[in-house]
Amino acid sequence: MWIKSGLPPLLLSYVVAMVLMVMPLPSMLEAWRPDWLSLLIIYWLLAIPHRVGVGTVLILGLLADILMGSVFGIYATALLIMAYPAIRHFQRIRNYSLTQQAIIVGMLILVKRAIVYELEHVLNDAVFQLPYLYPVLSSAIIWPWIYLILRQYRRRYAIR
Amino acid sequence: MQSLFERGPTLRTRLLLTLAFAALMIFLDHRLNTMQPVRSFLSTLVAPVQYLAVLPEQVLDRLVYLAQTRSALREENEALSRELQELQMAVQRLNFLENENARLRQLLGSDVRQTSRRMVAEVVAVATDPFSHQVVVNKGFANGVYEGQPVLDDQGIVGQVLSVGRNTARILLLADQSHAISLRAERNDIRVLAQGFGDLQRVELKFIPHSTELEEGDVLLTSGLGGVFPEGYPVARIVSIDRDERLQYAKVLAEPFSQLDRIRSVLLLWPADATESPVYDEAVDTELDTELEPTTEAANDVD
Repeated sequence: MWIKSGLPPLLLSYVVAMVLMVMPLPSMLEAWRPDWLSLLIIYWLLAIPHRVGVGTVLILGLLADILMGSVFGIYATALLIMAYPAIRHFQRIRNYSLTQQAIIVGMLILVKRAIVYELEHVLNDAVFQLPYLYPVLSSAIIWPWIYLILRQYRRRYAIR
Repeated sequence: MQSLFERGPTLRTRLLLTLAFAALMIFLDHRLNTMQPVRSFLSTLVAPVQYLAVLPEQVLDRLVYLAQTRSALREENEALSRELQELQMAVQRLNFLENENARLRQLLGSDVRQTSRRMVAEVVAVATDPFSHQVVVNKGFANGVYEGQPVLDDQGIVGQVLSVGRNTARILLLADQSHAISLRAERNDIRVLAQGFGDLQRVELKFIPHSTELEEGDVLLTSGLGGVFPEGYPVARIVSIDRDERLQYAKVLAEPFSQLDRIRSVLLLWPADATESPVYDEAVDTELDTELEPTTEAANDVD
């Protein structure tokens, strides 16, 4: 079967993550906005790696590029490189405690942001600013809650 | 059900294939600029996401509006009609000057300046990436928006249209590091080039000699030389001049008039020589347009 159970809730979660990614926030919170899309991708990669793979990540990355207005392919590349260790070691990461997972997630998002910055720097002469890395911290802090909420969501809608 | 052994190509092969695809996309988009149609199509596709993103804010605004008391509304109404009266008096004077200016220009034998048309657009999304300062507005090519169109707000120039979808357009703000604009000092007509460097509150003036006559507080207007922005709109005010002789040029910073970090609505401008023309879609827009038409080009202005 091509269409497996719980496809609409899965697609809905992508849409919600993208909405949160571009939602206008007060400028005080703006710099701390967690990297919603990366968090969601990491969760699905850990939970259902046989279903959400590099293809999904590629498509979401290209859509993120459109939403952020960056050069086509920058987010796709960064998300793909971030996704690799997560898929490679999903069985190990799954069994870590939530704190350990949060640290791993922080590192993955750091890698993703570093790649986005490097590509922007090479292509568009971007200048590095420290606030760009604040979301690494906020994403890692919020991870345990994201994990628990999404686990509930996955079980509720039988996304397998 | 997942099996213990993977089928199909290995993870590494799949990763390399997708990475190669992403790299190809970067090359096609950045080096060859061939992705514009795809970009336009996909922007139309993701437009609902951007509209959803501002929905909570709009609902909140609506609630605040509904919660306003009658007396507060009446007070606001009074203040607004007072303001309108003052503005209308100013416009009368402006119309007179405009006509006089046109006559004088005719006498001098130079081109009479044409009026331009404009349309209000609401900001629906912001790019949260600090490396590029862009906003998305709720008008697209269905409304006649075109690439490279000048965008302003009530304070001054905001930026220009970067790419257009069906119902959305992406605006590059003038504080973006890939944006430069040709300006002229209001006081002494010195021509300068202002480039963004990533700070939303500042632009840097490039290639200014140490002996420049520019001073702090000088107002900078568009020069009309780049071909994108019409002449004479306010853009920024000089806030600091560092004449450090060790540097090759003086370091001059200016602050844009428009609050780029909190723009809510912008004005799209169609200069008189633009090939596209605005398409007002909703009843509100046309109503506004026809209402303003009789009062001789109140909706238009000279550029």
